[in-house]
Amino acid sequence: MGIGQPAQRGAEGARDGARPLMSVRGLGIRFKTAQGVWQATRKIDFDIAPGERVGIVGESGCGKTITGLSILRLLPGNFAGLDGKILFDGIDLASCSARQMRAIRGKRIAMIFQEPMSALDPVFTVGHQIAETLRVHTDISYDEARAKTLEMLRRVGIASPERRIDDYPHQLSGGMRQRVMIAASLICGPQLLIADEPTTALDVTVQAQILELLRDISQTSHTALMLITHDLGVVAEICTRMITMYAGEVIEDASVDEALVRPLHPYTSGLLRSLPHLSPRHGRLPSIPGRVPSIAEMPNGCRFRARCSHAVKGCEAEQPLQEAGGGRRVRCWRFAELNLPGALHPPESAAPAMVARQ
Amino acid sequence: MTAAPAEPRREPIVSVRDLQVRFQTTDRRATVKAVDGVNFDVRRGETFGIIGESGSGKTTIGRALVFLLKPSAGAILHDGIDPTALSRSAFQSHRRDYQIIFQDPNAALNPRMTILASVLEPLELARVGSRAERERQAREALERVGLPQEFGERYPHQLSGGQKQRVVIARALTLRPKLIVCDEVVAALDMSIRGDVLNLFADLQRDLGLTYVFITHDLAVVSHISERVAVMYLGQFVELGPTEAVAERPLHPYTIALLSAEPRPLPSSMRTDARIVLQGEVPSPIDPPSGCRFRTRCPHAQALCAERAPDWRELKPDHWVACHFADRPNFSPN
Ligand SMILES: Nc1ncnc2c1ncn2[C@@H]1O[C@H](COP(=O)(O)OP(=O)(O)OP(=O)(O)O)[C@@H](O)[C@H]1O
Ligand SMILES: Nc1ncnc2c1ncn2[C@@H]1O[C@H](COP(=O)(O)OP(=O)(O)OP(=O)(O)O)[C@@H](O)[C@H]1O
Ligand code: SF4
Ligand code: SF4
Ligand SMILES: [Mg+2]
Ligand SMILES: [Mg+2]
Repeated sequence: MGIGQPAQRGAEGARDGARPLMSVRGLGIRFKTAQGVWQATRKIDFDIAPGERVGIVGESGCGKTITGLSILRLLPGNFAGLDGKILFDGIDLASCSARQMRAIRGKRIAMIFQEPMSALDPVFTVGHQIAETLRVHTDISYDEARAKTLEMLRRVGIASPERRIDDYPHQLSGGMRQRVMIAASLICGPQLLIADEPTTALDVTVQAQILELLRDISQTSHTALMLITHDLGVVAEICTRMITMYAGEVIEDASVDEALVRPLHPYTSGLLRSLPHLSPRHGRLPSIPGRVPSIAEMPNGCRFRARCSHAVKGCEAEQPLQEAGGGRRVRCWRFAELNLPGALHPPESAAPAMVARQ
Repeated sequence: MTAAPAEPRREPIVSVRDLQVRFQTTDRRATVKAVDGVNFDVRRGETFGIIGESGSGKTTIGRALVFLLKPSAGAILHDGIDPTALSRSAFQSHRRDYQIIFQDPNAALNPRMTILASVLEPLELARVGSRAERERQAREALERVGLPQEFGERYPHQLSGGQKQRVVIARALTLRPKLIVCDEVVAALDMSIRGDVLNLFADLQRDLGLTYVFITHDLAVVSHISERVAVMYLGQFVELGPTEAVAERPLHPYTIALLSAEPRPLPSSMRTDARIVLQGEVPSPIDPPSGCRFRTRCPHAQALCAERAPDWRELKPDHWVACHFADRPNFSPN
């Protein structure tokens, strides 16, 4: 960062010029179900540079977790097909051998799963589970692995880790389990960390500490971060870029600052306008009217059409993810003429809720 | 409109008196004091928020409130009575009125049951109406949380995290309980669906007089929906009061630090770094610090704080706090 320049989020993890660590192109996944084959995600394109921190947001069920799992090829039993390419450091993860994938998974690309209780094995102690990850991927003694595990538990803020390391998952609170997952994902020093709702079970002070840890790791070790979350505050706090998904597609990709202030897609704008900060206390919370189309009967053209207050004739045409200038991309042909509101400008009187005295 | 309940009774729907819950550590050589002397009432028809540290005992209190866990000491009364004194069958039917929705939806859903069967199950156990009537109610409940017909036939592993969470919410709501403990129930939902679900909770409260105990880490949510909020730290309440007062004029240093740490969705040009970073060692509920439990991290700690635990006192009407110095006029971090 240059001297005298204001701290700029966009300055780190530069996306222009830097060679991407991972390039996802045309990624899609299909499932077999009793009602036929479903296309859960499609045409997903994005890049992540080393050390870059990208937030993935979007409606519940839009395909965020499935995209993360596809990258690691952790696919459910009823999976019917994977389309596209996932180029990670020159290797196509979508087509590489199972052996290559095993060497990458957990070591070079790690994932923090959305549901810590299901991701942890109830019959092993948490210390064992973390140390095993390390022992599988590195040639390290039992004692060294244990020492490193203790150190990592301390870094994620577990009090008295030496008394917790031999606990079983059910003996820990929700947030402690989540931190155990985070420790397990970081222990091998991955190049890419896919974190699926990593802080939902944490109070905001512990959350701030974890976010600081993730930021620190991305800056000092150039670990790229793909952060899936519903918390736009968390995205604003540590991410440089925000990718918004809707109904299985990427619909917007922009720097966090731009996306928050001037979203280009009506869905992104609607999401930002649903923030409880923007509505008076005890009143009704705003939400986007209508519902995401059923995965079994996706409409042609813009998938947000039935809920979009800006829909016009022409929106039933297929919407490509198009360049919108300044490295931004959006899947809405009307983006240039719509002037959509972002997360700012709360109604005059309603100060942001729950903000400490300044 | 449903008929107004005949003459609202005075006693609170839940009273908690000196509640203590302890667990053994794995090596059985120490005890975790998960909840250590908590007193509060939940008033009929209110939304009572609980926020606080991860691991401070919020879920444990929630489980004790609905008698999924036996207190090590202290008492919990429902409507002024002690449910554990009821006969076995009376206790079983009593419990139906006090539900909990858990943090982890997987724990509540049987992976081998379809979504519809899971939502139907409690209605069947309660023998509500005819089979067709139960099915109608279950489908309607799913519809209300934004899950259309087709989801009924699916299995839990075919749903996203937020979709599963909504199934669990639908399931608890079909029973029309009197009180629901909601443990982080909206954390897995995006802003827009979260708004819909919280509005649904509010509608049911208005129509049926439901009471909620709302455990969450989301300060914006808790301040939006609850009348009163309690702040927990290391097994104890440190502050309890009307939401407005706690949010805008917090009395306890931990609450002040917590509120300052909320991440806000603002662009970098508008961010002020007013966050209070808590220094010092995070203590453990196995051997909590002497005196005030927050003293190892409190920016205002004095000698007295290590000697004596602060009293739980009502400093302002309905606004309680446990800190020796909370009434100092210049007691503010900035
Ligand atoms: N094994 C499966 N079979 C069929 N459909 C599935 C399967 N797994 C997921 N889906 C569907 O694929 C879609 C995307 O799921 P995904 O878990 O990626 O959502 P998400 O964006 O992570 O949502 P959330 O924010 O709620 O976690 C959802 O509609 C889900 O119901
Ligand atoms: N079954 C158990 N056996 C042993 N210890 C337990 C058990 N259940 C909870 N604890 C301990 O009790 C304490 C409080 O846990 P609890 O789950 O109530 O915390 P919480 O406030 O809900 O935290 P979070 O916000 O992280 O979910 C923790 O130290 C936890 O490890
Ligand atoms: S393409 Fe049309 S319907 Fe779709 S988001 Fe843009 S304006 Fe709305
Ligand atoms: S009693 Fe002392 S240590 Fe505890 S919160 Fe008050 S000032 Fe801080
Ligand atoms: Mg998910
Ligand atoms: Mg909990």
